Amino acid sequence: MTESSAITPEQVEHLASLSRIAMGEDELNALAGDLTTILKNVARVNEVAGDDVPATSHPIALTNVLRPDVVGETLTSEQALASAPAAADDKFLVPQILGEE
Amino acid sequence: MSELTSKSALELAAGLKSGEFSSVDVTRAHLDRIHATEEDFHSFITVTDELALETAQAVDAQRAAGAEVHALAGVPVALKDLVVTEGVRTTAGSKMLENWVPPYESTVHKKVKAAGLPVLGKTNLDEFAMGSTTEHSAFGDTRNPWNLEHVPGGSSGGAAAALAGFQAPLSVGTDTGGSVRQPAAFTGTVGVKPTYGSISRFGIIAMASSLDQVGPMGRSVADAAALHELLAGHDPLDSTSLPDEVAGFLSAAQTSDLKGKKLGVIKQLRGEGYQDGVRDAFSAALETAAAAGAEIVEVDCPAISYALDAYYLIMPSEVSSNLARYDGMRYGLRVEPESGPVTAETVMAATRAAGFGSEAKRRIILGTYALSAGYYDAYYGSAQKIRTLVQNDFAKAFESCDVLVSPTAPTTALKFGAEADADPMALYLGDVATIPANLAGIPGLSLPAGLADGLPVGFQILAPAREDVKLYEVAGPLEAALESAGGRVLDTLAEGLRK
Repeated sequence: MTESSAITPEQVEHLASLSRIAMGEDELNALAGDLTTILKNVARVNEVAGDDVPATSHPIALTNVLRPDVVGETLTSEQALASAPAAADDKFLVPQILGEE
Repeated sequence: MSELTSKSALELAAGLKSGEFSSVDVTRAHLDRIHATEEDFHSFITVTDELALETAQAVDAQRAAGAEVHALAGVPVALKDLVVTEGVRTTAGSKMLENWVPPYESTVHKKVKAAGLPVLGKTNLDEFAMGSTTEHSAFGDTRNPWNLEHVPGGSSGGAAAALAGFQAPLSVGTDTGGSVRQPAAFTGTVGVKPTYGSISRFGIIAMASSLDQVGPMGRSVADAAALHELLAGHDPLDSTSLPDEVAGFLSAAQTSDLKGKKLGVIKQLRGEGYQDGVRDAFSAALETAAAAGAEIVEVDCPAISYALDAYYLIMPSEVSSNLARYDGMRYGLRVEPESGPVTAETVMAATRAAGFGSEAKRRIILGTYALSAGYYDAYYGSAQKIRTLVQNDFAKAFESCDVLVSPTAPTTALKFGAEADADPMALYLGDVATIPANLAGIPGLSLPAGLADGLPVGFQILAPAREDVKLYEVAGPLEAALESAGGRVLDTLAEGLRK
């Protein structure tokens, strides 16, 4: 990011919508300022490592961590639903999705 | 303060074994102390009196019957409220999980229960472990027992305050960027971030999965070592859990010698720009180590200068992904929008607006940005490359010394409200010395090294990955040397609390 490319409240609004967080105007403005400051500081990360440096996604590489494919214990549906905000017919009850009635 | 609450975990273990007192005595003394001091400290979100006493009674009965029990059986412990406890509310310091009672058990709690340690309660933390003051808890601030106007650090601030306030002899915390080591430094206690994968993360509410690690905390190096031995070990329920054998931490802490040990002072973290008193205490501790026979060398880790920047891209990216699960559908908070249509999407947005605090939202938005198409390579991709460079620097540094050392934090405990005036990046700078270990996956430990302006200073030791024992080989004798030179840091506080 360059000096001129500050994060705008409109960009934050888009990010908030992607991350499904309802935000008011004050919050959008404050976060636009915070993000601009933070990104200005951390943007130099792409000046350091060249193409020859591999990325590390995981600090200690372990490969092929698998267990035998046998049936183990699971939660009962009663246990899984015990902390649900709403449940019906042994299922999670959720608000309307996909605009269907 | 009762005599039982001022004892170390290992002293309690010895007294329980010899029958000098019972676990019920010990547990009750700590619960009494908690109830007498919580108004001041607020270390706990939930205190579990009944559960603790039940465990204590069971252990006492086992001992009376001559059964073989774990060495720490009957010694109480406090768990950070990020550790899932089946049947006991687990909040992660968030409104999102205010009333969540987990239907399953974490491996950490399973191990603690199996060994017979009474759980005193769930300690306070910054929401989802995001913060370094506990001011971001949805359940109020924890105050530093050294001075109630100062923060205890964070995110494991409640865990550290419970130790320093003599409410618990042992605590379990978690460390993603310093969340065990920094509060330990701020409270004059000992905190360990083991090698990534040393302790199972199964049932630890995730913040940044490639950085998170459970950490044992105590009032002495030996206590922390004993708890580390109890908690560590391979767990088939965590695919990142290391298959390494765990032994010898406690004996390393108790029997090692500083003679011939090479301590590498990290040039980039040796204290320039740090609070004067912190730098002075660090230098004095190095002199003490040298007087006890350690060799002090300086090592150069240039990539560490970029570690903070890389961390503040990688961590929020993983946070934005991990916290996506709190959508108000299957568990936790659900909030319907005040106006407009009630659909899954608007309910999610209203739930997340109401359930997350400001720091959680800031990190989710930042992470969402860093992972966006078009920015991914420049931010997340580049940050992951720096992670490689930091690992390489550490590997090279460990060729010339046994452990690396630095101050744990640039300052002593801040006053409440200091955050409000600072920009977010200035606050994040407080993590500059602790973050590199999380990026590289290596183990680190903070132990007290004197006071600056009446508040404790932390001394950090870092060791190569999967060689956690080296932390204890240095921390044990260094603690002894520092105590014989300047007295025990926590004794100063204990005297104050007795008044």
